Amino acid sequence: MFVFTLRRLLLAIPTLLVISLVIYLLVDFAPGSPMSEIPLTVPPEVRQKMIAALGADQPVLVRYLLWLRQFFWVEPAYLIDGWFGTHLAGDEQRILSWQSRSPVFTIIGQRIPQTLTVVGTAYLVGALIAIPIGIYSAYRQYSWFDQLGTLFAMIGFSVPTFFTGTLFIIIFAVELGWFPTKYDTMLNVTDWSSFLTQLRQMTLPVMTLGLANAAAISRYMRSSMLDNLGQDYVRTARAKGEPERTVVLKHVLRNSLIPVVTVIALGIPSIFGGAIITENLFGVNGIGAALILAIHASDLPMVQTLTFIFAALIVLFNLIADILYGLLDPRIRYD
Amino acid sequence: MPDGGTIAAGAVLDVRGLKTTFRTRGGEVHAVNSVSFQLQRGEILGVVGESGSGKSVTMMSLIRLLPSPPAQIGPGQVWLDGQDLLQIDAEALRKVRGPKVGFVFQDPMTSLNPVFTVGSQIMEPLRRHMGLDRAGARRRAGELLDLVGIPDAARRLDDYPHQFSGGMRQRVMIAIALACEPDVLIADEPTTALDVTIQAQIIDLVKRLQKQLGMGVIWITHDLGVIAGIAQRVMVMYAGQIVEHGPVTEVFRAPQHPYTRALLKTVPSLTGRRAARLQVIEGQPPILMAAPVACSFRDRCAHAFGRCAQENPERRPVDDKQLGFGHDVACHWEAPHD
Repeated sequence: MFVFTLRRLLLAIPTLLVISLVIYLLVDFAPGSPMSEIPLTVPPEVRQKMIAALGADQPVLVRYLLWLRQFFWVEPAYLIDGWFGTHLAGDEQRILSWQSRSPVFTIIGQRIPQTLTVVGTAYLVGALIAIPIGIYSAYRQYSWFDQLGTLFAMIGFSVPTFFTGTLFIIIFAVELGWFPTKYDTMLNVTDWSSFLTQLRQMTLPVMTLGLANAAAISRYMRSSMLDNLGQDYVRTARAKGEPERTVVLKHVLRNSLIPVVTVIALGIPSIFGGAIITENLFGVNGIGAALILAIHASDLPMVQTLTFIFAALIVLFNLIADILYGLLDPRIRYD
Repeated sequence: MPDGGTIAAGAVLDVRGLKTTFRTRGGEVHAVNSVSFQLQRGEILGVVGESGSGKSVTMMSLIRLLPSPPAQIGPGQVWLDGQDLLQIDAEALRKVRGPKVGFVFQDPMTSLNPVFTVGSQIMEPLRRHMGLDRAGARRRAGELLDLVGIPDAARRLDDYPHQFSGGMRQRVMIAIALACEPDVLIADEPTTALDVTIQAQIIDLVKRLQKQLGMGVIWITHDLGVIAGIAQRVMVMYAGQIVEHGPVTEVFRAPQHPYTRALLKTVPSLTGRRAARLQVIEGQPPILMAAPVACSFRDRCAHAFGRCAQENPERRPVDDKQLGFGHDVACHWEAPHD
């Protein structure tokens, strides 16, 4: 298992390098200029100077290599300096956002907690609701509970979050007044009452995203359970005099969880990607919102860095899913 | 105790008029039609018939292992240890499965749970029914694996099913079925998925254990050679009914039912004139969409006559013993003495 993990990690290096180059070229070739938001009254020669000041007039390969150096050497050095008070980085140039001129990683550091609390909670809640629903739906296939679950999953699957989110705002915030319409990013949780406020303002975005997540995961869970409920070993467990609870929640569930856990692990990088639409709808200033802003402003360093982080997370969680698979299924051993 | 008739001394299992139907989209399928038989303590009862004749469904109906729906088990009675297994609740039934009736299934490759160790799967019934603690169950599981002839048993408890061969897995299945020392062991084609040498070993194993533990064994197979080697009595099934029943020697010496006679002819012989082709029984067994009102075998039968299409034959004794204790047959045609 250790050798397998090490080999996969080493293999990830060329993969990520290729991914980073492709992303860089794609973002660079995309139409738009970092000066597109500068007023038209600014004369062309000044414009030219501003572009030069950003370094955006350099050949694309040079800029890519510089970015690589900044991403893999300078930024980690700053991170270590920040933790241990060392001076590894010296006064090296960090990756700066062209929009705000502040380091990209500072912006990410500010935004990631917002995204993780809302989108991460939604994912967790979605998975925790979906698994029992999937189990019971499969066990009582075609019962009214299963039909209701299918309907619920179909709605969660097919209705976009901008619709469900708006609907929830109208019903629960405007009509009933139970929850606020907007998410207040400035709220600091310091005591019980501010914690309750935080919970209240999280509820609607978490419900919106959780519905979509639960819909997908409950379907996976259901079909995986159905696959296993018909297996011969289930009959063996019943013939041993095991109660239905043990048959379903031990024998069948353990086997059914193998593919579902993999699917859940593979979905985790999407949490870090944020939920662009939902974040915008509720005013959560998360990573998704930051990415959209950066794309609009042709903020190449920001877009490049964020996209690359998502790519790295996807590679990482693919590996984690494979390792989990090996741990859950004794038939799979990576030696 | 069951009403009407008496249970012979030593009978552990008494099945009376058992019917099982499946409710499918195409209508009701009558898989088991009024099957009655008894199993004596310490005997091996062979059940033969071609695929689809209702052998497995009958035996799974006994401890209600069929998923319901679509299966509808009953009417009928299955008497074991003073209770009718078709009437008791799920909790009581659970206490029959394992401690009273052990089941060995056909396919050892899929009948064990792939994600649990073999040891934990044998320990499960020991802990649930025998009241053993972890350490005690583990010790007993090791003894059981040893009993079914798995070398280095104690160490192999921590292995997973995929680390065993097919024959070894079937031994594990037998160890699970025997864990609670049941009165009845039902073996549903336990050797069909195995090659011939392993098959012989498994048969010897079950014979030895059956003598050692004094259980009644029901052995389902479509291999007549196996029946001859292992069973004292044999039941021939066709279209969910028992068409012939009796001591193995009697049934093999003087088969009464045309189906039994045809089955015996399909066995290739090693001696005598070399037959040009293997003997076959032409046609397919019927799928019964209604309870049989005529003989189900008549379309494939060389001896069929008018009465066969009008009346489903009842079992009748062919010797002077009481029905169910000697040799009997369900056929209108009288086989000539030869």
